[in-house]
Amino acid sequence: MTESLHDVFDQAHQRANAAYVQGRRRITVDPITRLEGHGKIDIFLNDQGSVDRAYFQVPELRGFEVFSLGRPAEDMPQITSRICGVCPTAHHMAGTKALDSLYQVEPPPAAKKIRELVYNAFMLEDHALHVYILGGPDFIVGPDAPPALRNVVGVIEKVGLEVGRKVIRMRRRLREFISRVAGKVIHPVLGLPGGVAKGISADDLPALRQLAEDAMEFALFTLHVFHDIVLKNADYVNLITSDAFTHQTYYMGLVDDNNCVNFYDGKVRVVRPDGVELTRFGATEYLDHIAEHVEPWTYVKFAYLRQVGWNGFEDGARSGIYSVAPLARLNVADGMATPRAQEAYNEFFTTLGGKPVHHTLANHWARVVEMIYAAERISQLVADPEITSQELRVIPSQKPTVGMGVVEAPRGTLFHHYETDGNGLITRCNLIVATQNNSARMAMSVEKAAKGLIRNGEVSEGLLNRIEMAFRAYDPCHACATHSLPGQMPLLVRIRDLQGQVLRTIER
Amino acid sequence: MSDKPKIGLYWCASCGGCEESVVDLAEGILDVIAVVDIVFWPVAMDFKRQDVEAMDDRSILATLINGAVRTSEQEEMVALLRRKSRLVVAYGACAHMGGIPALANQFSRERILEYVYRESPSTVNKDNTRPQTHYRDNGTEAELPVFRNVVRALDQVVDVDYYIPGCAPTPEILANAIRVLLSGELPEKGSVLAPDIALCEQCPRIDSKPQDLSIAAFRRPHWTLMDAGQCFLAQGIPCAGPATRGGCGAQCIQGNMPCTGCFGPTSRVRDHGAKLASVLASSMEAKTEDTIQSALCGIVDPIGTFYRYGLAKSLLRRRVDLRNTTQEVAVP
Repeated sequence: MTESLHDVFDQAHQRANAAYVQGRRRITVDPITRLEGHGKIDIFLNDQGSVDRAYFQVPELRGFEVFSLGRPAEDMPQITSRICGVCPTAHHMAGTKALDSLYQVEPPPAAKKIRELVYNAFMLEDHALHVYILGGPDFIVGPDAPPALRNVVGVIEKVGLEVGRKVIRMRRRLREFISRVAGKVIHPVLGLPGGVAKGISADDLPALRQLAEDAMEFALFTLHVFHDIVLKNADYVNLITSDAFTHQTYYMGLVDDNNCVNFYDGKVRVVRPDGVELTRFGATEYLDHIAEHVEPWTYVKFAYLRQVGWNGFEDGARSGIYSVAPLARLNVADGMATPRAQEAYNEFFTTLGGKPVHHTLANHWARVVEMIYAAERISQLVADPEITSQELRVIPSQKPTVGMGVVEAPRGTLFHHYETDGNGLITRCNLIVATQNNSARMAMSVEKAAKGLIRNGEVSEGLLNRIEMAFRAYDPCHACATHSLPGQMPLLVRIRDLQGQVLRTIER
Repeated sequence: MSDKPKIGLYWCASCGGCEESVVDLAEGILDVIAVVDIVFWPVAMDFKRQDVEAMDDRSILATLINGAVRTSEQEEMVALLRRKSRLVVAYGACAHMGGIPALANQFSRERILEYVYRESPSTVNKDNTRPQTHYRDNGTEAELPVFRNVVRALDQVVDVDYYIPGCAPTPEILANAIRVLLSGELPEKGSVLAPDIALCEQCPRIDSKPQDLSIAAFRRPHWTLMDAGQCFLAQGIPCAGPATRGGCGAQCIQGNMPCTGCFGPTSRVRDHGAKLASVLASSMEAKTEDTIQSALCGIVDPIGTFYRYGLAKSLLRRRVDLRNTTQEVAVP
């Protein structure tokens, strides 16, 4: 076809497409709610009133990997924590470990224990945030409850003020502990290459022991709430195990030497959809295993397994799509490192019919199992005699070149990769951020839920909320997932003077 | 609906930390929801954009908007919320001054494009795909907002009534601001709702801050064993305390790390970074060209040190000559 004919064809095609788009029924959920971050869902119906396509779009980005250039590496734990104020400690810790790697410095044992203690307190309170405030209301108040009640206020009305206060108080105490050691709970200042800035005094121990005990009771209480409100409700159980909310993908998570879940450190383990181990690697090898795919309809990139390859938004062993976060971590591990959590893990898999579990909504339950592990780990670390040691730092002496660090953020595996010049200033920065690892499966979950739930063009507010529940189970963090700024934007630039008059328009 | 005053909360180019700071009112949040109706708060509540569009103009008493502004969607939302609200409050450092995301003003969109969709070591993109504002496929259409070339603070986009500073604001600062907003006795428009004093006056280490600072050389914290009780500046470690508004409780200092300036300047200062640079410069012992140069070796990232949170609102605003930013930035 000649070029001018091509243009005519293109224009006609676009006009026809635009007309078709205009004529179709389109349902938009904007913004999506009760998650960290921005997003919208656009659902396109066909003539039969069924769903042809549903887009789960992330419209935000800021550019951390680029505006980190030229920054001192030692500032990165505090700069990258601003990727997310809900999980700042995750970025802070991944960054701090990347600095250890960058400077090839090994922190004193006490410093590592303090980091891990703070980290588990953070995991516990952040998981509690999701259970009671973000995702939980769908179950506690009900997915079809009026929107004005489907939130923390409705939860408090449902469970009662006393229970409400208990949840609030527990989170407050955990967060106050984090502030005490890490300076701030929103954007901590604790991490340095080779150690931590501040220690724990022996005077703090009695209160810490009490906190650990109360945290344990709180985690078990949360499991009890989950049992009562969710597992005893046949409708909820059907929803959790329904096909509309199920995907068979690979799973990824950090495990210790015994293949038990560990949030702070370990090796990355990946299992196939049938549960068999595919691979196991350390932070420094992440580039051999993980790649990112780009789509034109969203700013978030989609992580996938290099080994398997990108084969579209598909389930199954031939698709490189994988999942992270609580369900994935439990699927990947052989067990939990602490006893009560192990009991909860056993109950989880026995009830749901063995490993691996592919039901996305089971993430809510797995999250509670992890709360129990976090609480037990806090108790172990508080009881460790080294926790009050004042041996907090090793001053780095090696020249920095490249460093990589990995942690399990509440919402999934998190990689920080820094390269610097000899003076420790960032020359390159690459981040694979938790929710990004889930972004492909999330997009699939939303579309599958939309296709499964919408029939004959019948759409209700509660039904749209159920479609939102498909992503909410992953506890997404879109500020995290889109730390980077994307491509050839904008397509339209209007230059206005101070009076708002258009001076010039540039289109691409 | 009840007669309680209506409050809205929204986020732009935000990390969610300001949302968390509201939740950090803890038990205090129960008192707040007893006296106000929160009518829009995407992180925690299911009200949608169309619900806001359906509200009467100026029916919301106050909307707290956090996050910097850099997309067309954010511009639309803040304009919408401005119309529907009697008061708009810039909440947190990003809305106040641009915040850490405003550091992107040092770079061009092109630079970022190349890295994210091509150069990033983990990205695989043989077709050179880019996200598009209008993506059409088989009768469906997905739209994404337009990205501006500059990050802006909230008052560079809409009229702002008050500012609540901090990254993130503390529960005390927020609780106090809510009290003020609901009291009916509003302060002068444009006020920052935090104490108008420098952080040094509230710092637990003030006693060890010398009357006349004479810093021999600036040092970087990770190469320095820091004294846990002594003023950071007295130790040669850059601290933004003298140039930064107080009210935060000196949390970072209590974490044994220096202040980085997230509360922004006091009302007497026009450009936060310039003030900090001037404070540090006038505290130096060195007086000759070469001794000055060597003393400054400890401040390796001037923009990041002086304008970490405030580049959008600074007199500098953004890097203008972007021709040389297609290569990676290497600081000599």
